[in-house]
Amino acid sequence: MKLALGPILYYWERETTFSFYDEIAASPVDIVYLGETVCSRRHTLRTEDWIEVAEKLTAAGKEVVLSSQALIESESDLKTLRRIAGNGNFSVEANDMGAVHLLSATKLPFVAGPHINTYNPQTLALLAELGANRWVMPVEMSRDALVHMQAARPVGMETEVFAYGRLPLAFSARCFTARHHNLPKDDCQFRCMDYVNGLTLKTREGQPFLALNGTQTQSASVYNLIGELDAMRETGVDVVRISPQAFFTAKILRLFREVMDNRLPAQTANQQMAKLMPDQACDGYWHGRPGIEQSYLQAASAEDAA
Amino acid sequence: MSPKASLELVCPAGNLPALKVAVDNGADCVYMGFKDNTNARAFAGLNFDQASAREGVRYAHARGAKVLLALNTFPQSDTWERWQAAVDNAVELGIDAVILADPGLMRYAAKNYPNLRLHLSVQGSATNYEAINFYHEHFGIQRAVIPRVLSLAQVEQVVKNTPVEIELFGFGGLCVMVEGRCALSSYATGESPNTCGVCSPAKAVRWEQTPTGLESRLNGILLDRYGKDENAGYPTLCKGRFEVNKETYYAIEEPTSLNTLEMLPEMIAMGIAAIKIEGRQRSPAYVEQVTKVWRSAIDSAKRAPQSYAVNPAWMAQLNKVAEGQQNTLGAYHRPWK
Repeated sequence: MKLALGPILYYWERETTFSFYDEIAASPVDIVYLGETVCSRRHTLRTEDWIEVAEKLTAAGKEVVLSSQALIESESDLKTLRRIAGNGNFSVEANDMGAVHLLSATKLPFVAGPHINTYNPQTLALLAELGANRWVMPVEMSRDALVHMQAARPVGMETEVFAYGRLPLAFSARCFTARHHNLPKDDCQFRCMDYVNGLTLKTREGQPFLALNGTQTQSASVYNLIGELDAMRETGVDVVRISPQAFFTAKILRLFREVMDNRLPAQTANQQMAKLMPDQACDGYWHGRPGIEQSYLQAASAEDAA
Repeated sequence: MSPKASLELVCPAGNLPALKVAVDNGADCVYMGFKDNTNARAFAGLNFDQASAREGVRYAHARGAKVLLALNTFPQSDTWERWQAAVDNAVELGIDAVILADPGLMRYAAKNYPNLRLHLSVQGSATNYEAINFYHEHFGIQRAVIPRVLSLAQVEQVVKNTPVEIELFGFGGLCVMVEGRCALSSYATGESPNTCGVCSPAKAVRWEQTPTGLESRLNGILLDRYGKDENAGYPTLCKGRFEVNKETYYAIEEPTSLNTLEMLPEMIAMGIAAIKIEGRQRSPAYVEQVTKVWRSAIDSAKRAPQSYAVNPAWMAQLNKVAEGQQNTLGAYHRPWK
């Protein structure tokens, strides 16, 4: 199995982003997805900057994929999408059907990203015919559903699973971070930059529930499938995706790598990760349960008790 | 008639009585779903079995109205057959168009029934013309329903760049998230619109009177707490009050209804093909009231777009049935964002 780093979902300072990828270049990751996928107003890095980062990472031996924005609304969004789709060098992750449309016309292989609704083998077969050579499972899909998908997987199609990070659950035209600050989206003052791991939304009794990330809504809990890597291997998963966070991403990557290489027991890695995560863990989706639930740790502590 | 004058009114039919009042009060089209999770309103006691679907089609066609069938959830590997059978059934029933979201299902429909009219559901999340044109090129879709996220100017840009008819939501419950791209409900309950045809499902809802007020919970998660004088609405996840940085407010969206009556002349002028009314889960009384008002408004806007004005009586009637008794222009109006 290969280890991938997803696109940065947050808005970080330009220099922070560059130094983040310097660190990633030296980390044990195989594939790096780059680009702004959440909000077109974010601009500390322009397309040419992303391509520069892509070249550096390629030189460091990484496979680089440029990710397209998930919610494409305006003509200028489409302009950016066309530049990415036609970059002529790097493979592209399509995150909406507009991107699939443009990429299928290039006749070059592309990745069907997590925001393409690939819920059944018929849709996966269609994407394969259009040129996709990898698909990222929708985050709400369970292991059992994945097993069915794998059984009917087209030849040459790689399967990637979002395995770590706050879950990207929803997109809106509205910016919830700007709304929190009583600012209109058009004059948001880029307040999302203040929340490098998202802005936690709690219930009225203080339970962390969601994380506001501009126009994207994430889970507050951190999806963590480090305990499921064996199951993923059995299911024929090819790529395991880690979603960047502001701190300790390289450490998280290393722990996943060590567990994948059987150099560290998953339980040990899991214990070490508790201190590295912005919030508690969840893994419900993988088990066909509400996404917010967590079963791995509970099972582990049950074993400890026995 | 020029295409610009042909704006259709598309009304919700959660059951046969609702279908009949929609048709009787001037709906050009009604849309409905079967009694299972093949549609995004898979609620108990709602939707059509074979006999009522047949009667619905007969009733509508006899009065010159069209019947659209929503098959707008995403089939899973082990349940694919149900969706495929639903497409077959739609053809057998003489449905005028099927409203689909899943690309695989769309291909099945296009391949097997080249004469079946295909609409891209709002759950298909097509927010730009490249996405819409993809479905047109591959499956020949004739209409797309646009998610409630674009401004009116952005909608116009879409209309100018696609041969596909555009249908907009005009009234009813408002999704603040892009439809087809929201997993908030499954995160909390395990069931989402995409996978199960439900959002914030009733079986996961608990109401509890506590010393601090009436509480609504979704699978145990506190969505809101109401004071004595507050109206408690259906606990849709994104319309609860939450705490962000110690401030408690409607962090995602207020419980409001979308109402675009005032934009009708603009919508007609830019060549919108149809206006959709949300609410298959609502009562026949709601359908009757809303259909009546929108029929009058559309007729008035078509007749005299220059002098069109929203009749206060229309607003009063709509406000009586609106969710949360509040209205918004939603994303069509830029400041909402």
